[in-house]
Amino acid sequence: MSIPADLKYTASHEWVKAEADGTISVGITQHAQELLGDMVFVESPAVGRKLKAKEECAVVESVKAAADVYAPVSGEVTAVNGDLDGSPENINSDPYGAWMFKMKPDSAADVAALLDAATYQVVVDSEAH
Amino acid sequence: MTLKTTPLNAAHRAMGAKMVDFGGWDMPVNYGSQIDEHHQVRNDCGMFDVCHMRVVDAKGDGVRAFLRYLLANNADKITSPGKALYSAMLRPEGVVIDDLIIYFMTEQWFRIVVNAGTADKDIAWMKEQATVHAPNLTITSRDDLAMVAIQGPNARVKVWEVLPQTRAATENLVNFQAADCGEYFIARTGYTGEDGFEVMLPKEGVEAFWYALNNVGVKPIGLGARDTLRLEAGMNLYGQDMDETVGPLESGLAWTVDLKSERDFIGKAALLANPPTKKLVGLVLLDRGVLRGHQKVVSAQGEGEITSGTFSPTLEKSIALARVPNGVQIGDTVQVEIRDKLLNAKVVKYPFARNGKAVVSL
Repeated sequence: MSIPADLKYTASHEWVKAEADGTISVGITQHAQELLGDMVFVESPAVGRKLKAKEECAVVESVKAAADVYAPVSGEVTAVNGDLDGSPENINSDPYGAWMFKMKPDSAADVAALLDAATYQVVVDSEAH
Repeated sequence: MTLKTTPLNAAHRAMGAKMVDFGGWDMPVNYGSQIDEHHQVRNDCGMFDVCHMRVVDAKGDGVRAFLRYLLANNADKITSPGKALYSAMLRPEGVVIDDLIIYFMTEQWFRIVVNAGTADKDIAWMKEQATVHAPNLTITSRDDLAMVAIQGPNARVKVWEVLPQTRAATENLVNFQAADCGEYFIARTGYTGEDGFEVMLPKEGVEAFWYALNNVGVKPIGLGARDTLRLEAGMNLYGQDMDETVGPLESGLAWTVDLKSERDFIGKAALLANPPTKKLVGLVLLDRGVLRGHQKVVSAQGEGEITSGTFSPTLEKSIALARVPNGVQIGDTVQVEIRDKLLNAKVVKYPFARNGKAVVSL
């Protein structure tokens, strides 16, 4: 199970990457894409939308099921990855490259407080039967 | 609860399957990519573990007359040996107990294949009816048999590579016909819209058969692709597209129900007394998104509901079966409610795809 050490995570299986410009990129983890299977549709939040932490803000749909994606922290959406409209399968082939949206977080401390890789590993392990 | 397993459980795990709880059975949902498996069947061939489905043998004098009364479709339609018939089995109220396939073998033997989740209630119902109408018949659940479906344009050739001794008996089978080849019962039937065989054989031999097929290049296919394949082929799934709350006429099965002949069958009077107000149609989503079961359909003629929806790998669009008011016409545009938004979908005549190609026109 691939969980890059340089990213932050949520218990709802989003990964968060702190970018140099102070924004964060958000996607779903390897574990999440594997649970869902082949992706066929992504619905992104509107740029400029203000999100509260843990708010439903995007949807990924695989052949099998739809799943909500949650805002990892509070902040404003600054960009969405338009490539995923035509190629949602990028989430399967490269989950940590296929960012879904970028946010400007209200507080850098909120980002720092997200799960680290080791803690997220514990979350994933606890879900395995 | 402990999940039930088929004799192929260890083989699935060895082949990298992702296993899921499917109605109490521990079954493979995919072995990697559901979409790849779907295309594999449309373009070449693949094999499915369908051991969870139940084979039932009805034997004795008068078995045809019994089935003529038991089932909504007419057993008299199958007269050449091995010929198969798809039918709904109804309650007297006209609702669907199950859909099944019967094979005419001899006037003393019909074979019946029923769904996994309904097998026990089906057999109980058959026995109850036989007690009243045909007490000399024996109805036997063949729990000693396993079943594998091999589907796709190259499926039959691959089966003959593994079972060359059955080729002569199965080469001339027409669609929906089976041959009893001793240890192997081979039917040219399936649930994918492709050519192929469904093979019944003793449980003890099924794992070796599975690996032998794999050795000649037949890839295992999970239940995920089985669902997208059957939906593209416009085939109903019991429990989703119909159940004991609806009748066959509002489930797209009018073609299997003969109300015009003199023949009486269980449920006929109820069907005649209650003409349907809804019907099953195909939908293709015009906007972006994915149709799913239970989404609300909004039309000028009233509301309906999606019974099965998915993303079609062949059409690369989302498709669905939906139960809508009778007035909705092929070619209409209706709306489907997805997460509080109304998206446009076109009403189409299904199937959506057969024999490797899209057949629906937009």
